[in-house]
Amino acid sequence: MTEDRKLLSLTIDGLTVTVPEGTTILEAARQVGIDIPTICVHEATTANGLCRLCVVDVNGGRLLQPACIVPCQDGMHVETDNARVQTSRRTILEMLNAAVDLSQAPAIQDHMTRYNASPDRFPASARREHPFLDDNPFYVREYSRCILCWRCVQVCAEDAQYVFALTIDSRGFNSHISTAFDISLPESTCVFCGQCVGVCPTGALKPRAEWGLEQGMTAARIQANNRQMRKQLPKRGRSSDEGEG
Amino acid sequence: MVSASHAESLESIISRFAGRGRDALLPALWAIQTASGHINLEAVRALSLALNVPEADIYGVIGFYSMFHDQPTGETIIRVCTSPSCGLAGSDDLLDHVCQRLGVEPGQTTSDGRYTVEETTCLGLCEHAPAALVSQRGVGERSVPSAVDLESILADHSAPYPAVTGSLTHLLLDGIPVDRAQTLAEYGDYSALRRTLNDLMPDEVVAKIQASGLLGRGGAAFPTGLKWEMARRSEEKPHYVICNADESEPGTFKDRVLMELRPHLLLEGLALCAYAIEAEQGYLFIRGEYPLATQRLQQAIDAAVASGYLGDNIMGSGFNFHVEIRRGAGAYICGEETALFEAIEGKRGFPRIKPPYPTRVGLFGKPTVINNVETLCKVPGIINRGGRWFRQWGTDLSTGVKLVSVSGHVSRPGVYEIPLGTPLRQVLTELCGGVTGRLQAVLMGGAAGTFLAPDEIDTPLTFEDLRTVGSTLGSGAIMVFNDSVDLRDVLRRLGAFFQHESCGKCYPCQLGTQRQKEILDRLHAPLPGDRERLTDIGQTMSESSLCGLGQTAAAAVLSAMKRWPHLFE
Repeated sequence: MTEDRKLLSLTIDGLTVTVPEGTTILEAARQVGIDIPTICVHEATTANGLCRLCVVDVNGGRLLQPACIVPCQDGMHVETDNARVQTSRRTILEMLNAAVDLSQAPAIQDHMTRYNASPDRFPASARREHPFLDDNPFYVREYSRCILCWRCVQVCAEDAQYVFALTIDSRGFNSHISTAFDISLPESTCVFCGQCVGVCPTGALKPRAEWGLEQGMTAARIQANNRQMRKQLPKRGRSSDEGEG
Repeated sequence: MVSASHAESLESIISRFAGRGRDALLPALWAIQTASGHINLEAVRALSLALNVPEADIYGVIGFYSMFHDQPTGETIIRVCTSPSCGLAGSDDLLDHVCQRLGVEPGQTTSDGRYTVEETTCLGLCEHAPAALVSQRGVGERSVPSAVDLESILADHSAPYPAVTGSLTHLLLDGIPVDRAQTLAEYGDYSALRRTLNDLMPDEVVAKIQASGLLGRGGAAFPTGLKWEMARRSEEKPHYVICNADESEPGTFKDRVLMELRPHLLLEGLALCAYAIEAEQGYLFIRGEYPLATQRLQQAIDAAVASGYLGDNIMGSGFNFHVEIRRGAGAYICGEETALFEAIEGKRGFPRIKPPYPTRVGLFGKPTVINNVETLCKVPGIINRGGRWFRQWGTDLSTGVKLVSVSGHVSRPGVYEIPLGTPLRQVLTELCGGVTGRLQAVLMGGAAGTFLAPDEIDTPLTFEDLRTVGSTLGSGAIMVFNDSVDLRDVLRRLGAFFQHESCGKCYPCQLGTQRQKEILDRLHAPLPGDRERLTDIGQTMSESSLCGLGQTAAAAVLSAMKRWPHLFE
């Protein structure tokens, strides 16, 4: 739309900000140099308000609001870093760290430092452990590192690729990313476009070559290995059994 | 037991649903689950082509709902409820007994493939605790009240269990049979709908509901008339009406009783709502654990259609209204209105971000009114007799009468109708025959509610008075605990409930319900710092979760912490 959007005036941490209607609190804060932390949002995917790390206090309301999706309103008073906000952010980070391997998620580790999140806050906690999956020559999957940001599922579906190879299985704490019936990626509708690998923030999805180098393999060995895997790929299509093994 | 010849073939199911689109997914999955006891890859691939839904999406839907299985199950599935009211009545022993007799663990199937045993959350039979639900593939499903042992669970109860009801007023439940559904002849000729179609414009119907001050009875207490007005004014068409019959709040069973006993009252209320907001299609979304209510409502719909009270050109007025029952599949979250829309649309029951609100963007993206069963059952009376009549009961802010579901340690657990403003003490003593033993605590509003201590039971039961004492009326669940109960055990069950029912969409609830459960599991031997952990988890879930489930998942725990701090030391 080219028509002029209505301008709104609000305060963020005491600073007055004027933005066009439709601007999110997150965008408005960035305009005045206020950094609200986020995990799940990505410029290529639809924001779903999942991680809630970006919650802010709006007019002292009972509920904190996710800045990534809540649009600015005229006269709004936003506090982006008060005690309530800090408790939520710190607790979310501590609970996440107790569930998932964040060792290859430097941005989240930075958030943990910023919010004094203790890595040991939740002892005796169940972790989301999943087997390492190496079923194709292109990328590997280590869902013990998965934080359920949904980006891979979204780019595989309507946000980019329209391939629909991935879904979320189960629910609650036990949710995990999966193909239909956990079939291997070559048996699924995956086209190995790599979009999911590109948007993964935690190293749960990783190019096979990068993983091989981490494991100390030589480039030549990785290439040979990948060639071998390619030969073993099942034929695509619904009756794929003959290609296995 | 069912033989293979009775089961509908996959081919037949697929051809029956082919071309119907994604919103037929849950009904189709139910058909396959019923016919073959599970839904395998072959079935998913066939369904994917027939409905044009990606196979991974279908798998994700199966994984979301507890009553769908992607692995073979026994011919008979026995589900034993272990939520608080059944827990008090010995459900743990019952589950142990059933498992021992069949030689399996919960979640397992006997080696001969005849039985699968599952532990389940509240079945809505709390007045008959302990309860179980038996599913026999393709040949019927039934709730089992007052389950004692394996034999009592497997015995075919052909005589339906009677409801226990009573009231201080005489609106919804008095003078009707309590062991069968009221027939259409007994109910009458849909006189409120007839009058409305003859004499009232849609905005006049809305005005009458607004004049009554009726607040939604599902738990959120939103003004019903205002909701209808907002949807009526939405220009986008078509409009939809939905009855939220996904009653799953532990300790709540009043909607089940209404549906089982007075299905036509509900249907007339739904039709009146449809007329008021100019909708022609309605859905009744009933939780999968209510087979009897589902069966009786379908019979009532068929009877009403046959008599011209539903369908096309109702009573010659030109008004068309069609109702379809949609069956849930085991997900508490689908009681959240937007998650319920997702379920009807054939998706995982993830709640949506609000706003936009359903009255503007609801089912299939269209303006939608979604009301609780009890709310809709109030409508015909208000239309016939007026808002002022309804206001003779209750207070200015909490008008009319309300059903409460009382379970636990009272002489007569059941569904009771009270004028709002009745003190809790009066309900327990006059209607329920008194507390058995010495009162220790009352849990108001179910798992998502809050505890009251014995010195708080003179509180009048209104939305505003309970809010003042930091509690809630919610859906009207009242769970009573005497001093023989270990409240830590109750808290443990509540923690397990929310851990099981969190949808997993937003982090505070997905992670918080798990961490909260772990701490509640060890309340008898807490780790240093557990109280502070529970407080932080509770605050984070309450303030930062996406939907009402997460926002209330710590409410009972936080209220117990305030009243009985020693439980957490």
